Amino acid sequence: MRIVSLSSDRAQRVTLSDGIAELVRDGHSVALEGFTHLIPFAAGHEVVRQGRRELELIRMTPDLLYDQLIGMGCARRLVFSYGGNPGVGSLHRFRDAVENGWPHPLELEEHSHAGMANRYAAGASDLPFAVIRGYRGNDLVGRTRVATVTCPFTGEELAAVPALRPDVAIVHAQEADRRGNVQLWGIPGVQKEAVLAARRSLVTVERIVDELELRPGGVVIPGWVIDAVAEAPGGSQPSYSHGLTERDNEFYRRWDEISRDRGGFLAWMEEHVFGRVAPK
Amino acid sequence: MNAADAGEVMTIVAARHLRRAKVCFIGVGRPSTAAILAREVHNPELVLVYESGTIGAKPRRIPLSIGDGELAQTADAVVSVPEMFNYWVQPGRLDVAFLGAAQIDRFGNLNSTVIGDYAHPKVRLPGGGGAPEIAAACGEVVVIAPHSPRTFVERLDFVTSVGYGDGPGARERLGFRGGGPTTTITDLGVLQPDPETKELTLTQLHDGVDADRVREATGWPLAAAAEPRRTEPPTDEELGALRELTSR
Repeated sequence: MRIVSLSSDRAQRVTLSDGIAELVRDGHSVALEGFTHLIPFAAGHEVVRQGRRELELIRMTPDLLYDQLIGMGCARRLVFSYGGNPGVGSLHRFRDAVENGWPHPLELEEHSHAGMANRYAAGASDLPFAVIRGYRGNDLVGRTRVATVTCPFTGEELAAVPALRPDVAIVHAQEADRRGNVQLWGIPGVQKEAVLAARRSLVTVERIVDELELRPGGVVIPGWVIDAVAEAPGGSQPSYSHGLTERDNEFYRRWDEISRDRGGFLAWMEEHVFGRVAPK
Repeated sequence: MNAADAGEVMTIVAARHLRRAKVCFIGVGRPSTAAILAREVHNPELVLVYESGTIGAKPRRIPLSIGDGELAQTADAVVSVPEMFNYWVQPGRLDVAFLGAAQIDRFGNLNSTVIGDYAHPKVRLPGGGGAPEIAAACGEVVVIAPHSPRTFVERLDFVTSVGYGDGPGARERLGFRGGGPTTTITDLGVLQPDPETKELTLTQLHDGVDADRVREATGWPLAAAAEPRRTEPPTDEELGALRELTSR
């Protein structure tokens, strides 16, 4: 395998497998972000194929991708705010890990969306914590990392949530140019915050272009804050890349059945992730 | 037209609640259907805000997820998640928010986290997502839930989102700016907080339902208004529009 050096002042163009091999190590805290859109499935599948273990997986909405990583035994710990299959129901592999410890127990650190989003923003800002008006009166307070701070100006009591600083952030975008500048558009989620909060980052893209054509509302992440860029066409399916691919809602519904029992799940992963047969 | 089923009645009652609303915050499922129906039948100017960051979305079809492409395509503005919660939810810019839950108690507190013990749950639910801060900050909260003693419980296994806390004054003590769960719509009727006790009280019954049936489906001794109102039957316009919408 080619060893890539990622110490350059601009993003290195890598193959997906080299990028994952270089950046994601056993025991790392890894954030694969994308809020219902641009979810980096191809990158997550590569993590599964490379057999990474003991990961601290960070993601606001674990979604099908983390259901798959958890079910394959890649995760020791999950930091999250909403663990459901949106509009469909449960994430069965996540539930099996929490309820029955299969394939092994999963430690949880649970937040609200407001808490998680602000934790990324604090990480991106290199602040130790973020301040929000939140978490008051509910049972999350006793179960997670949140503290109370007093506003020095008004005396109001507010919630403090610790900054997120993942070892690695992985996000998917529509395109990158040859210098590794990345542009994404549509629902922007927390991808920019995740990349800036993380120590190292990998961006997978639908396509590499000669020059980015800036789009109204587009989010550009300059290549010099990204470690590696890998081309992965269709890499957000069954999620989607706005304007280029469509969300496969039917697959999100079917996942409920596929993932319901351990054997069916493992067989599906064997065929479609290890065997790389595109799901129909 | 066939008579409305219980699910359709819930959706139609929820849509009517949005007649005079300006800005409505929605998650997936029935609330999304109700809000789109409200825009089509009662309130074309209603601004739909989805948690994914789409403000002023105008979907023609019911989205499966809050992040479906049509929402971003039709929105007035598309913002990041930190912006959604910091600039839009937290300051209370949203009038009405819909929330669901696996459990609700007599003060409209909600559980969407676990059934059983947190560390060793019987059922691990998805968790709070945006709900805790939405429940605190939005102008009012409308809860939509099927009516059963498993859902309407004496005591929550976990408090994910605070309604009226432990009763009168609780929201003020917690510094919440929003008005709390003013309306709970079920397949049997509508519950609203008593102005004094803040306890959810039966104020409206759907067609063919009596108060005893609602009490049986509630896990605490349910208070009822002296004369609960009757839900106006769905009109042909409402039902036709709803069925047309769900068939798209």
